[in-house]
Amino acid sequence: MTAAALKLDEATPGKTVLYLSGHLDAYSVSAVWSDALRILRAAPNAPLVVDCAAVTYCDGAGVALLVDLLRQPRQPGAEVTVENLAPDYRTLLDQVDPASYRIAPTQPPPRLPLIARLGHATASLIHESRAQISFLGDAASALVGALRRPAALRWRDILAVAEEAGVNALPIVGLVAFLLGVILTFQSAIAMRPFGAEVYVADLVGLSLLRELGPLMTAILLAGRSSAAFAAELGTMKVGDELNALETMGIDPMRFMVVPRLLAGVVVAPVLTVYADLIGLAGSAMIMSLFNVPLVTFVQQVTGIVGSGDFFGGLAKSLVFGAIVAGIGCLRGIQTGSGAAAVGRSTTSAVVSGLVLIVFADGLFAVIYYHLGI
Amino acid sequence: MARASDIVIRVEHLHTAFGSHVVHDDVSFDVRRGEVFGILGGSGSGKSVLLRHMIGLYRAQRGRVLIEDEDLAQAQGRTRIAILKKIGVMFQLGALFGSMTLLENVRLPLEVHTGLSEDEMNLIARMKLDLVGLKGFENYLSAQISGGMVKRAAIARAMALDPRILMLDEPSAGLDPVTSAGLDRLILRLRDALGITVVVVTHELASIYTIADRVIMLDKHSKGIVAEGAPADLRDHSDNPWVQRFFNREPEDVEANNA
Repeated sequence: MTAAALKLDEATPGKTVLYLSGHLDAYSVSAVWSDALRILRAAPNAPLVVDCAAVTYCDGAGVALLVDLLRQPRQPGAEVTVENLAPDYRTLLDQVDPASYRIAPTQPPPRLPLIARLGHATASLIHESRAQISFLGDAASALVGALRRPAALRWRDILAVAEEAGVNALPIVGLVAFLLGVILTFQSAIAMRPFGAEVYVADLVGLSLLRELGPLMTAILLAGRSSAAFAAELGTMKVGDELNALETMGIDPMRFMVVPRLLAGVVVAPVLTVYADLIGLAGSAMIMSLFNVPLVTFVQQVTGIVGSGDFFGGLAKSLVFGAIVAGIGCLRGIQTGSGAAAVGRSTTSAVVSGLVLIVFADGLFAVIYYHLGI
Repeated sequence: MARASDIVIRVEHLHTAFGSHVVHDDVSFDVRRGEVFGILGGSGSGKSVLLRHMIGLYRAQRGRVLIEDEDLAQAQGRTRIAILKKIGVMFQLGALFGSMTLLENVRLPLEVHTGLSEDEMNLIARMKLDLVGLKGFENYLSAQISGGMVKRAAIARAMALDPRILMLDEPSAGLDPVTSAGLDRLILRLRDALGITVVVVTHELASIYTIADRVIMLDKHSKGIVAEGAPADLRDHSDNPWVQRFFNREPEDVEANNA
């Protein structure tokens, strides 16, 4: 295989001949392309002949080089012509109209003024809020309809989702809760030790775990794990027209796909939260024993400070968090556009929106509990 | 008999099974340089699976597939890349990258494997899209165009590096007859001008008669090749009932099969 090469002949006055030779393909043509263009541009007023007699091979990339030479703007009488190209390669060149590849000057898209961009962002926010409210209404309606006729619910689907989102999440929830209990206790105990108040670390950890950290941490894990999974699953179904297929069969996707996930989320989140609370307390008790606080003292301290309001308040939160996580995952899945990239965007959006809504709801709970005296 | 140097792809005693389900049992054939080679067969006869063996996605359980005397499935690293650069593949559903425009899809192999500048790559990619009738759609995403256009863009991407071997899985399916005929003409033109070898998996008889020099026909019952030759010869002279039914578009006797 002869490498691509070019040679310039300016011996004839008023005429430039560019001899191309060798193998012109995608791997070799770059060696001569920029030089050929430079020569062409250096003589804008003289006719240029591209002699291809010594070209041994010329595929699409080689033809593209010739087209690039032919499409360059030239003065009248200074045209570029391609000569002696083998007939097979000439056939490939002849199917292309170089004029149609002329380079048109492009203008950058106009930048919108600030007020217009603000308007677009506001409209987008309103549209998004409307979609969420609409979804909330649809989901609530489907949920009530399903609960009215529980026999019509697809319990097998609900159990499968609950197993995936709940049972299979036990190891990660357990690990994070245990570490949370351990770290919280250890850090607090070190700070309390100079005051001889290590025993009150049990109160601190018990209260914060059951009221706040247990439900919050579990919801965050559910958002990262299950909400993303719901969005990806429903998004892929949307891209593959499976949700449309359900509709054409007279099956409400909301009832068929969303309700089982919502119910599973609402059931699984409190259960996982109780589990996380217990594991977190176990981790805390373990560290407290290292600070010479026996288990019985730890339990007494925790049961003394944590009331039923704290425990059930935490559970109520986790119930709402579960609904948020499952709902936002399903919403983003259903809102998926077209293509694999859209599924990725939905998944990311499900996790981000889920986390934002969880934090927002947690703040709301704090205000409500404060006013209720819980 | 073809000389060894004329053989571009050699499939030797290929055996494929998914669990207990045998797809191919002792399948052997050669594809010669510069021919348009058709792989025919009914649904479920293993045409696409065979193609996936030929492009190195599946590793043979028994037997082997050689591309210009090299076993792609066994090749590693640079050797594998070098073999893959000889092959352009169009998948049945296009397999375009949804996050990229059509132009970016076609430009991708050029970006990875050549030292061309951005302008040079853009021109080549635009010309490839023009070849398959997608001029003006360079900046569209695959989700914004029809299924037939996705296929054509996938063919443009397969041809981006002007590979010596082009493998097309159902290129005409879903295309209108005019576009399909244009595609046939394009395949023949590329073969004639550049001497490339084209392997086509298809059901489209009209296309096969137009472009294929030779075909093999796979059968799901015998798990192997039931006929091999020029399409018109098989249509006119094969005494295999399944081949006859296929070329004459006769329905299968379902009751007899179920009996």
